[in-house]
Amino acid sequence: MRFLRSFFFFLIVFFIILIDLPENLRFNFEFLNQKIDFTINPLKIDTQIFGLKIRKDFKTQLGLDLKGGSQLVFEADTSRIKKEDLEDALNSARDIIEKRVNFFGVSEPQIQTLKSQGKYRISVDLPGITDLSSAIELIGQTAQLSFKEETPIKDQKEATQTPIFLRLTKDTELTGRQIKKAQLTFDSQTGKPQVALIFTDEGAKLFSKITERNVGKPLAIYLDQFLLSTPVVQQKIEGGNAVITGDFTVDEAKKLVIAINSGALPLPMKIVEHKNIGPTLGASEVRKSFYAGLFGLFLVILFMVLYYGKLGVIASLALLIYGALSLAIFRAIPVVLTLPGVTGFILSIGMAVDSNILIFERIKEELRKGKSFEIAFNLGFGRAIDAIKDANITTLIVAFILFNPLNWEFLPQFGMVRGFALTLAIGVITSLFTGVVITKRLIKFFYKLR
Amino acid sequence: MIDFLKYKFIYFLISFTVIGIGIFSIFNWGYHYSIEFVGGTNLEYQTKKNVDQEKVRKILLKEKIDFNYLSIDEKTVFIKTKPLDEKKINQFKKMLEKNLNTDLTLIRSETVGPTLSAENVKKTLIACLIAIFGILVYMSFAFKGFNYALAAILAMIHDLLVILGSYSILSYFFRAEFDTLFITAVLTTMSFSVHDTIVIFDKIREYLQDEGKKDVNYFVNKALTETIVRSINNSMTIIFMLLALVLLGGSTIRFFALALLIGTITGTYSSPFVATPILVWLEKRRLKDKRKP
Repeated sequence: MRFLRSFFFFLIVFFIILIDLPENLRFNFEFLNQKIDFTINPLKIDTQIFGLKIRKDFKTQLGLDLKGGSQLVFEADTSRIKKEDLEDALNSARDIIEKRVNFFGVSEPQIQTLKSQGKYRISVDLPGITDLSSAIELIGQTAQLSFKEETPIKDQKEATQTPIFLRLTKDTELTGRQIKKAQLTFDSQTGKPQVALIFTDEGAKLFSKITERNVGKPLAIYLDQFLLSTPVVQQKIEGGNAVITGDFTVDEAKKLVIAINSGALPLPMKIVEHKNIGPTLGASEVRKSFYAGLFGLFLVILFMVLYYGKLGVIASLALLIYGALSLAIFRAIPVVLTLPGVTGFILSIGMAVDSNILIFERIKEELRKGKSFEIAFNLGFGRAIDAIKDANITTLIVAFILFNPLNWEFLPQFGMVRGFALTLAIGVITSLFTGVVITKRLIKFFYKLR
Repeated sequence: MIDFLKYKFIYFLISFTVIGIGIFSIFNWGYHYSIEFVGGTNLEYQTKKNVDQEKVRKILLKEKIDFNYLSIDEKTVFIKTKPLDEKKINQFKKMLEKNLNTDLTLIRSETVGPTLSAENVKKTLIACLIAIFGILVYMSFAFKGFNYALAAILAMIHDLLVILGSYSILSYFFRAEFDTLFITAVLTTMSFSVHDTIVIFDKIREYLQDEGKKDVNYFVNKALTETIVRSINNSMTIIFMLLALVLLGGSTIRFFALALLIGTITGTYSSPFVATPILVWLEKRRLKDKRKP
């Protein structure tokens, strides 16, 4: 039984150490004439158990403010949509934006719908992307593809005199919805990029009808309100294929393909917020906070050891375990660390010793009454627990309400406060464990108590 | 044993002075709000060589950019303007590079519409009120008495007033911005304040229950004397951490850490010197009422 317990204990310690390993720490040296070159990384699980795929990468997830990148917030124009369709429209808008972002090749994007006071917003986090203009252009366009034909005009003379795009104003039923797929191709003669469209069955039928009645006349292809091209129909086209040629660059054609393939946004979006944080700023802030944290930790340990002696050493040990455990939890959940989150964590190191100080003061008090260390130790722990429990439960109540787990609309839904509440709650629970349970074990061990 | 309660009028005088100055500052000077609240654009550039502030100002005026703050700290240029779109931001960067004859790196740009955060503040306030209510209920149960809860909450409100007021002073003299980080600091202060008070109240509760209610003053003083070391020690560890952050941490979190530092100090101060005298007063009143037939 005892053996089993120690076995599990060491297994857990081993796991925590594996999870806490630094990221991309490279060793490259020569040892006994052998070249040694390897990189240390935290634990990575990628296995299959009973057909269940398990994949987990224990790395610190940094928020945009630390990693650098862009955040865009779009506001939906809901004026032209029925109330009962709103929810669906927003969700599909979110999915479409997600598709477009994935085409962009961003790792770990975050897309959220936010709703408050009758305003509907979609926020898009793009870590590592600093080219704001093209991101806004790609994500924000409604991308409603439409085909327009000539409005019948009686007077032939007038018709030839008006510019071509003013004549092409009659909507056809054909839109982006009847397109199965768009592809980037190149004109076999000129080598210019173009966009090939493959229609759905319904789209193919419509397209053949439209081309049939417009032979010899131009047809306009619009993306939102922008005219893409005005090809002149040579003959009736069957088979459901069409090509948009225009004066595209390869890049433009690619974006057009992405926009058509991801589908049209069901409602127009307007950008209301954009942030762009360079990676250098975040990195230097992280480095400074890290050193500040180390220095603070050193001061706390120094203070504890000077004031409480041997007990202080034990508290410092518990504190280091607290740090390792919290980091493992942050990586396992994973908690996205932002600047306030990191600050909260550093602050919690200061708070974590609180339960130790409470317990030690109680023990000292009992010792002053002339009791033996063992009795003082047991009494001190028992007495301190009440205060520790009440104090921490109130903190947890605050964290719970701020985190807003049920996503109530009248409570904060924005990331910063929630992230703070999460790190606070994790800090409190972890520090309870290390400050009470671990410290107790350590004291028993070092003072050889039973 | 130290007779802490004897000097309660001095404590109240200190609290009233600090809060009074703070409230004066809030009403007279208010805060510098960050763009999250008023809308606008923040631009931060890194330059290769030192640039002249006057030159940048002239370019801003020439480009007809409505800016309300410009500062240059060595090789970092910081500009705060009315909301700009990304096209204008790009164009402005090119203008700057051309006129200053140096390469610039845009290390941060933020544009926020004005209405976004007002509602968030309101929601945070509602959350705070619910949290206060939750604490009241929990403490009333845990301490078997409403007075403990009420005294703790009043001390917490005291701390909120202190931090709000002193931040307004920081905002006026050092341009500390009222932003979401500051709100986070206020929330931390809130939970820390109650946390700290409970530890002292726990001791008072122990004495008042064990030794009867003969002499409230005597036992409260005894409890305070015994917990004062723990209060100071605990705050010292947090203050060490925060001082390290204020002095060594990055510029973006300096005022945040400072606000937390103020919160920690007032949170520690208010537990023995504000919450406890209020509790004593409330308890004495209750006992007096009881003794009346």
